[in-house]
Amino acid sequence: MSDPSRPLPSLKELDTKPFWEATKQQQLTFQECEDCGEVVFYPRAHCTACLGRSLRWRTSRGEGAIYTWSVVRQSYHPFFRTRVPYAVAWIDLDEGPRLLSNVVGVGDPATDVEVGQRVRVEWEVHEELSIPLFRPI
Amino acid sequence: MGRDRTAAIVGIHEYPSRDVEGAVSPLQIKAECAARALADAGLGWGDVDALYDAGDGGMMSGLTLAEYFGLHPRVIDTTMVGGSSYEFHAIHARRDIAAGRAKVALLSYGSTAHSNAFAIGVGGMGGRGVPGPADNMETFAGSTLVANYAMVARRHMHDYGTTSEQLAEIPVATRLHAMRNPEAVAAMQALEFLDIRETRIADVVGSRMIADPLHLLECCMISDGGGAVVIASPEVARDCDKPPVWILGGAEATQYRENGGDITTTAAAQSGPAAFAEAGVAPGDVDVAMIYDSFSITVLAILEDLGFCKKGEGGSWVEGGRLRFDRPQDGPALNTDGGGLSSNHPGMRGIFLLIESARQLRGTSTSQVEGASLAVAHGNGGMLGSRHSGGSVILGRN
Repeated sequence: MSDPSRPLPSLKELDTKPFWEATKQQQLTFQECEDCGEVVFYPRAHCTACLGRSLRWRTSRGEGAIYTWSVVRQSYHPFFRTRVPYAVAWIDLDEGPRLLSNVVGVGDPATDVEVGQRVRVEWEVHEELSIPLFRPI
Repeated sequence: MGRDRTAAIVGIHEYPSRDVEGAVSPLQIKAECAARALADAGLGWGDVDALYDAGDGGMMSGLTLAEYFGLHPRVIDTTMVGGSSYEFHAIHARRDIAAGRAKVALLSYGSTAHSNAFAIGVGGMGGRGVPGPADNMETFAGSTLVANYAMVARRHMHDYGTTSEQLAEIPVATRLHAMRNPEAVAAMQALEFLDIRETRIADVVGSRMIADPLHLLECCMISDGGGAVVIASPEVARDCDKPPVWILGGAEATQYRENGGDITTTAAAQSGPAAFAEAGVAPGDVDVAMIYDSFSITVLAILEDLGFCKKGEGGSWVEGGRLRFDRPQDGPALNTDGGGLSSNHPGMRGIFLLIESARQLRGTSTSQVEGASLAVAHGNGGMLGSRHSGGSVILGRN
């Protein structure tokens, strides 16, 4: 039996498909409404502020700050149980989107992660897409 | 004080066992609880004309359960918003009774989460098939349900200086109440809790970390269980066996992750004030607060949002054992049955908030608040740190 692997996003989910397709080129994208300027994230086909349908894709610089975080110490998931303890965090990208990810490249996640900490995207490459993880700058 | 007489809880039953060892099904639990709650009210199957359910019967739950129970309801409502579904059902039942569409509403719940070894708190997120867009953006990170709530606690600590010791006041209070409730003690025994006794702050913050900053004793149990509630019109309630517990007001809300949003503010900030306004009462009037205690932080944030104290001041507000049943002068008693933390949490606890509120307002709780006349039941469904529902129900003694 092969090692358990990270659960990957589906490319069949139509709202988020363009986001995940862009990750193959390691582009971290989000939507902005051309009518009202609202940043829309997670991706959708409509603007959540004005209901407009003219959303354009923008590419983030991939930097932001940790809004909040936790350390997962117990998981029954076949992949994640092999990874504990690890840090999960809501990350506020500088352009506005808030996304859930992992903070990597820290010694002890319980002491080396903090609210407000600056982080930069780092890609975990898979066959059809890449996973955006974040490392302290 | 507004005293609406539109609809009342007239029958209740909480399934006593928390570990059925796989020998009883969720539907069997529901049917038994429904029958006993009807008997509690002095009613029978033939009296029920409205059925409320949160999906225990599957995708066509309203249809499946009508047949399973043997009912021909005139109103069917299968609102499913997680653990707060039963507060939503109570609000809808009151609305349907007020509209003249129903006279006797049946709410029920059954679950064998424990027997199924369903690792609700620390299982992986996501399921089969094509996920929804939100899940498709989040599952890869391997957050757990506990970590989801823990991230609310972390931000609350950051913004307001809240401490783990302050959060620990919540499980300490609910454990005190649980030790006075024989069914809760039996539940902890059945689920093989290691140390079944009253706890102190140091016990909570000294228990192992599950997802920082939440410790084991800040997390609810996973049990089997179920319950039922019968809500009736004033005409029916007058002739029931038990004193009616009136639904004085109620309101619903959702809250979800938003770019730049405040993760520490819950749906209760919308539903709480609306429910109190409808009932014509204020948080300061409340004797009993039945608040969904999936985790310590759930209660702390909701206490603030319901208006018991200012936003951010929950930590200092709960200090010193304020939430105990025997300190009515200090504000409401919290989860006097022992709560999800120490009595009963089969996955969706909302129905027990209504049941224990009714016990208190009948004067039959094992941690009875002296002279209790007003209770709030606030259910929380989904996940506090990403997307959740909130249902606030204000209940009053006859």
